[in-house]
Amino acid sequence: MKHRRRQWRQLGVYAILTAFGALFLIPFVWVLSTSLKGNEQIFTIPPQWIPSRLRWENYMEVFRRMPVLLYLKNSVVVTVLQMIGIVASSSLVAYAFAILRWPGRNILFGVLLATMMLPMQVTMIPVFVLFKQLGWLDTFKPLVVPAFLGGGAFNIFLLRQFFLGIPADIADAARIDGCSEFRIYWNIMLPLAAPALATVAIMTFMFSWNDFLGPLIYLSEKNKSTLALGLSMFVGQQTNEWALLMAASILMMIPMVAVFFFFQKYIIQGFTMSGIKG
Amino acid sequence: MKGIKTPWMNTHRRKQEAALGFLFASPWLVGFLVFGLYPMVMSFYFSLCRYDVLRIPQFVGFANYHTLLARDPYFWTAVENTLYYAFVRTPLCITGSLWLAVLINQATRGARAYRTVFFLPSIISGVVVSVLWLWLLNPQYGLINSALQMIGITGPLWLQSPEWSKPSLVLMSLWSIGGGRMIVFLAALQTVPHHLYEVVDLDGGGAWQKFRHVTLPIISPVLFLWIVLEVIFSLQVFTESYVMTKGGPLNSTLFYNLYLYYKAFDDFDMGYASALAWLLLLFSVVVTAVQFRVGKRWVYYETDSRP
Repeated sequence: MKHRRRQWRQLGVYAILTAFGALFLIPFVWVLSTSLKGNEQIFTIPPQWIPSRLRWENYMEVFRRMPVLLYLKNSVVVTVLQMIGIVASSSLVAYAFAILRWPGRNILFGVLLATMMLPMQVTMIPVFVLFKQLGWLDTFKPLVVPAFLGGGAFNIFLLRQFFLGIPADIADAARIDGCSEFRIYWNIMLPLAAPALATVAIMTFMFSWNDFLGPLIYLSEKNKSTLALGLSMFVGQQTNEWALLMAASILMMIPMVAVFFFFQKYIIQGFTMSGIKG
Repeated sequence: MKGIKTPWMNTHRRKQEAALGFLFASPWLVGFLVFGLYPMVMSFYFSLCRYDVLRIPQFVGFANYHTLLARDPYFWTAVENTLYYAFVRTPLCITGSLWLAVLINQATRGARAYRTVFFLPSIISGVVVSVLWLWLLNPQYGLINSALQMIGITGPLWLQSPEWSKPSLVLMSLWSIGGGRMIVFLAALQTVPHHLYEVVDLDGGGAWQKFRHVTLPIISPVLFLWIVLEVIFSLQVFTESYVMTKGGPLNSTLFYNLYLYYKAFDDFDMGYASALAWLLLLFSVVVTAVQFRVGKRWVYYETDSRP
């Protein structure tokens, strides 16, 4: 009796999950379908799911109207530099907070955690003024340089947790053998922390690919624009050109979706690691 | 090794380690001073000034704050919109993610596939998701109103109507309930010890009793943390309204940070915008403090023997 009830419940769970899963995926199908339609097919009721003629030329038209490759290049440059900066500096800092003992460490770690709650708007204006005075507006420096200086409280927190999980004997043994602290960090701890570093790198990719406010404030020159910023300008220019807007969105989505499918494990792991201990 | 003094751990060694500590932490220390502490101080100073970036700041005392609170109707509109968004969105997002996590946790097979499907919308955020939803919510030809029409309902004007614009943005944000938050909840659910459920079984309790008296207390610290975070994040909503509505229609999506952005980078009224930023910080701190107080009453911390 109990067993039967359990089976029914399982069935119910799967039914709900499948229904909702479909509901969550339908927008993607719809967007893809729109991106391949001509205007006469877009504005029909009821909507057509599979266009009678697939207009792949919509994608070519996006390339004609928007310097996609230039924006792509800019996005890649910014994203890659941010990834390098954040992985390098957050792992170094996390090592200091997890392994080394120095005065003020615990207080400063508290400060670090508090900065996670700080609304970015509080620092935004003076930082903008600072970059303006340095003559860094319309360069990638405002987006890249801060990445090398700390690498974000959340990432430091994540890596610190990971370093704390590595048995202290390993580093101590190396120290007794006369290994320098930097070599312990570089040759022993970093390789051990590779999965956590991958998590940080991928989450950085996701964040910086999507980042909007940073480029919006610092990059007003059109040929410095990133994809996210370029897409937002495209929305302003192409009113009612839904096929083109959807095609452009899909172009911007492809790298993210690809990274997600290849590195899903690390993303999931990142959230799991961060969440449990709160 | 922590706290234990070993013979080779002499004062020289300790001093050396302290120096190394500062050295390793120096990227963050510099970053914190230059991009954290210094701008915070400056931002407070700017908030007491009239400042348009071109000329040097002119001290005006608390005039900006006074104007904001007493004479700026847009400020109060922005506050109202933002509070609506934060306090409608947060409960829905949290319960949505928790509900999904509970369901996926019960799926014995295929849990990973479902997790992937539900996670997918959350990886696209910001501008792309805004553009997609502009189209999905299109009153005439969008997916949502087309679907509603098929079952005989005439859908609302969504983003084009002052009544529906904020609910539209909340609805849009619910598309990503399967993201990181849900993953964390799922991981938390898996830490619930199984024998506790059996106790409820023995007492003749059902699924709801199990959830209410076992699951919820055990995952409450994680839930609490995310409620605190989500409120803070929602108070900072910006991209969606910037890309989709520019604050309209009739200022119904003029959110706090959008207003701040317009003041700072369209009007170049940096002093006024800084005052806005400080009020936001103050409010965030107060809301978080209140949550911690209230949290004490419902969050269950296991007195754990682990260090």
